[in-house]
Amino acid sequence: MTTTVERAGPKERSGAPRTPRARRPGRIRRVGLPYLLLLPALLLELLVHLVPMVIGAVMSFKELTQFYIRDWGSAPWSGLDNYRVSVDFDAPVGEALLHSFLVTVGFTLLSVGLCWLIGTAAAICMQDTFRGRGLLRALFLVPYALPVYAAVITWVFMFQHDNGLVNHVLHDQLHLTDKPSFWLIGDNSFWALLTVSVWKGWPFAFLIVMAGLQNIPGELYEAAALDGAGVWQRIRRITLPSLRPVNQVLLLVLFLWTFNDFNTPYVLFGRTAPEAADLVSVHIYQASFVTWNFGTGSAMSVLLLLFLLVVTGVYLALTSRGRRPADA
Amino acid sequence: MPKSPMAPPSSFLWTRRVFLTLLTGFVLVPVYVMVSSSLKPLADVTGAFRWLPSGLTLRPYVDIWSTIPLARYFVNSLIVAGAATVCSVVIAVFAAYAVSRYDFRGKRVFTVTVLSTQMFPGILFLLPLFLLYVNIGNATGIALFGSRGGLILTYLTFSLPFSIWMLIGYLDSVPRDLDEAALVDGCGPLGALFRVVVPAAIPGIVAVAVYAFMTAWGEVLFASVMTNDTTRTLAVGLQGYSTLNNVYWNQIMAASLVVSVPVVAGFLLLQRYLVAGLTAGAVK
Amino acid sequence: MRRFRAAAAGAVTVSLLTAVTACGGGSSTGGGSDDSPKTLTYWASNQGASIEVDKKVLQPELDKFEKRTGIKVKLEVVPWSDLLNRILTATTAGQGPDVLNIGNTWSASLQATGALLPWDAKNLVAIGGRDRFVDSALGSTGAEGKDPAAVPLYSMAYALYYNKKMFAEAGIAKPPATWAELVADGKKLSKGGKWGLGTEGSNPSENIHHAFVFAKQYGADFFAADGKPDFTGEGAVAGVKQYVDLMATNKVIAPGNAEYAQNQSVSDFAKGKTAMLLWQSASANLTSQGMSEDDYGIAPVPVQSGTPGTGAQVNSMVAGINLAVFKNTDNLDGARKFVKFMTGDEEQKVLNTAYSSIPPVKAAQADASFNTAANAVLKDTLAQSAAALPQVADESQFETAVGTAIKGLFADAAAGRPVTTDSVEAALEKAQQQMPAA
Repeated sequence: MTTTVERAGPKERSGAPRTPRARRPGRIRRVGLPYLLLLPALLLELLVHLVPMVIGAVMSFKELTQFYIRDWGSAPWSGLDNYRVSVDFDAPVGEALLHSFLVTVGFTLLSVGLCWLIGTAAAICMQDTFRGRGLLRALFLVPYALPVYAAVITWVFMFQHDNGLVNHVLHDQLHLTDKPSFWLIGDNSFWALLTVSVWKGWPFAFLIVMAGLQNIPGELYEAAALDGAGVWQRIRRITLPSLRPVNQVLLLVLFLWTFNDFNTPYVLFGRTAPEAADLVSVHIYQASFVTWNFGTGSAMSVLLLLFLLVVTGVYLALTSRGRRPADA
Repeated sequence: MPKSPMAPPSSFLWTRRVFLTLLTGFVLVPVYVMVSSSLKPLADVTGAFRWLPSGLTLRPYVDIWSTIPLARYFVNSLIVAGAATVCSVVIAVFAAYAVSRYDFRGKRVFTVTVLSTQMFPGILFLLPLFLLYVNIGNATGIALFGSRGGLILTYLTFSLPFSIWMLIGYLDSVPRDLDEAALVDGCGPLGALFRVVVPAAIPGIVAVAVYAFMTAWGEVLFASVMTNDTTRTLAVGLQGYSTLNNVYWNQIMAASLVVSVPVVAGFLLLQRYLVAGLTAGAVK
Repeated sequence: MRRFRAAAAGAVTVSLLTAVTACGGGSSTGGGSDDSPKTLTYWASNQGASIEVDKKVLQPELDKFEKRTGIKVKLEVVPWSDLLNRILTATTAGQGPDVLNIGNTWSASLQATGALLPWDAKNLVAIGGRDRFVDSALGSTGAEGKDPAAVPLYSMAYALYYNKKMFAEAGIAKPPATWAELVADGKKLSKGGKWGLGTEGSNPSENIHHAFVFAKQYGADFFAADGKPDFTGEGAVAGVKQYVDLMATNKVIAPGNAEYAQNQSVSDFAKGKTAMLLWQSASANLTSQGMSEDDYGIAPVPVQSGTPGTGAQVNSMVAGINLAVFKNTDNLDGARKFVKFMTGDEEQKVLNTAYSSIPPVKAAQADASFNTAANAVLKDTLAQSAAALPQVADESQFETAVGTAIKGLFADAAAGRPVTTDSVEAALEKAQQQMPAA
């Protein structure tokens, strides 16, 4: 899909008609245009993402506590100490980080899995036209459209121990538990977090899968139907395999976003999360901003980044076998 | 047989009905709680939960504007999110056009780098970024830290990777013939971009704009560090309801509703474009 | 066409410039000087029932100041949940307010950053001299042996607030003076959906304030003499356990309190759901929630035995707010004038009355208005039986680490899990390990 012709720069006369693939020998070609087009994006990425990230990595090698925060350049170098502390799984700091990390992995896998399942099921169900489909589709998008804090604060209200809807329904009305449970502290906080994350996130999977479904030619279904395949078989044999390229990207993106999600646990639990739901993003936030230990916090962030790089690399390697050699 | 082979069996129809009903309930309950609680008098939300309000009142909607300076936060969020969206879309279109239509050295590096920024944990570059802004501010006099501009720059960069990636996919699906026709007509490549490609890519661009707006509207972490009283956005400002001695849940719900309306309304109005944009963009 | 290229470049540049500059709001000056002699930025903490109340209280005083000195004060009232973070951000950025309120417990930590103006002899003389201030308040202004990093502004102490009617109904003649009595009374009061005592189990700061006092009553400090953390000593563990046991074993605190972090316990008390409350200077807050001063009584916080005093008879931390100046201020002179104004006898009376706190300025404290029954308990506690939280550089990490550990213990108690000496010690051990290596 991409041409390999380098176009003449706009400063050249562009009035003369010529076929796009012809090259004029001897003509000075300005090949700067693509770079020029990319420049703003590149500059911004450098300024906001890449340079700070490098600085953050540098900070991880320094002992950056409240004593040095005013002038971080003069903080003493601590070599790999911050990293050692973070990965020493026998000491509380490393142990807490590992625990937080495992909680996050479990949470992310569950959340992504459920979001994908529900989203795909909903997309498949909504394929055929039925009365009220448009309205339902609009309704389904609402959780995703709501700003994070509005959605999560509503769930905080619902998860209140004394006055919340969840306990009201489970305990007072359905009598499923013999006393009201705690959802925002204690072990149940993991499930509360998962519920909120899935509630908010599944419409995105729904959207993407729905878009993907539209690209599947109807004839495939008709042919299969004529061959005698029932609905479930058609889903299994045609829909899911056709969605494979979409799903591969969707799952990766969802995984990265959910793993790095700070907003949801922060609004749900505040600055310190309960142990059962101690996601690594809030954990690192606490380790840096709340305890003023930015060196260690940076080291943990770098470790997190390395982990995600490895996961992404492995995932892309595994999935690229089935992909066509596309551009990027 | 009256049924065509394509018609789903009733078992499927029933499963579908049950599933969609349950899903609708799951989605609706918190929305109902938000709406109904925003209309309840304070007593209803401080005692045991009631499904139905004891009396409907619009009082919370009046009070929210005075309990915290909600209007100011609203305006700040609008400015920040709006500007970030516009800039992000413009820059993403340029970058995606370059990648989609040209083959140049470093293309692969560029796309991989940009996409890989999705993995960066925000917390890693939060402190360095804000130090960078402070230093730039001290060196050049352009106030980035604490200003809306700094936040706009940050947000527009956050949404760039995904936007560029989506637009690349979408632009790839816009046929080259359109470009070529424009070039034959005498436009330069940029002319082709503006006259032909952009209009054909409207759904993709709308999808990207919606995504960028939502990202900026909802971001909490950087807003909490990079704003001061004048420039505070809704994301941080809404926390103000929770620090009062009495937690006014009905006001919190009312405020949540008020700040959600523009985003949700925009999203729903534009969902058609969003789906079309994703169809071609996400699915290569 | 060329114009498209120019247009494109123009569009990008314009949009970026617009983004960066058109919607300012930030400032880019820094450095301590007297560059802006006519303005001051003041970050006040949330002392009143709401941010709006604080603004209403402070604005007339700031106008007064402006009239006298010609300096305009830009006020921002920062909620507690944000204040330390904002101060930290300002410290890191080198830009922030000129004057600010800080929790007095943060004094040593903030002092260690070097961001605050030290109140050396010269500065103190400029505001009237060190002797104007009550000693106990001065004890919470920074590390020992160093110049204060801030000056005391409001002083508060913990007291036991009790609901007179509920006590009468339960047949309790007077408020408990020891913890054993409190538990006994609490059990009598914890029935019929009401509870004896309330607490903010999810608020690390509140937890620390109480744990500190309990530990003191067992003869323990959370920090050793050399400043190193020592959270797992017998006294500390026993103290924390006794505090959490109020919910876990004694059951005089409702389990739901484990979730409280937004002063719900004060609301519960105001509404008559709990009969007792351990709180700092709650009068203004209770009045704003509709509780009349006749409905409740104020007593000193209980001790293990005997009467409140020093050493193991301590029953409150020295609570309070200090006023600090940022070293990077560009109106040093104005800032000093402002501090002088706010710690002046007249302003001390006005502000402390509004916030139902006690002036840390001797002359103002002696005023008759601070001798009411309500204030008498607080004054006496401050003078006789209050101790300052450790003034070490790691103090705020200590608050977070131990406060959060106690939050976890309350969560265990609320869930019905056993809270034993071992589990308390384990939680405190973990907290200690999170402290930065000295």
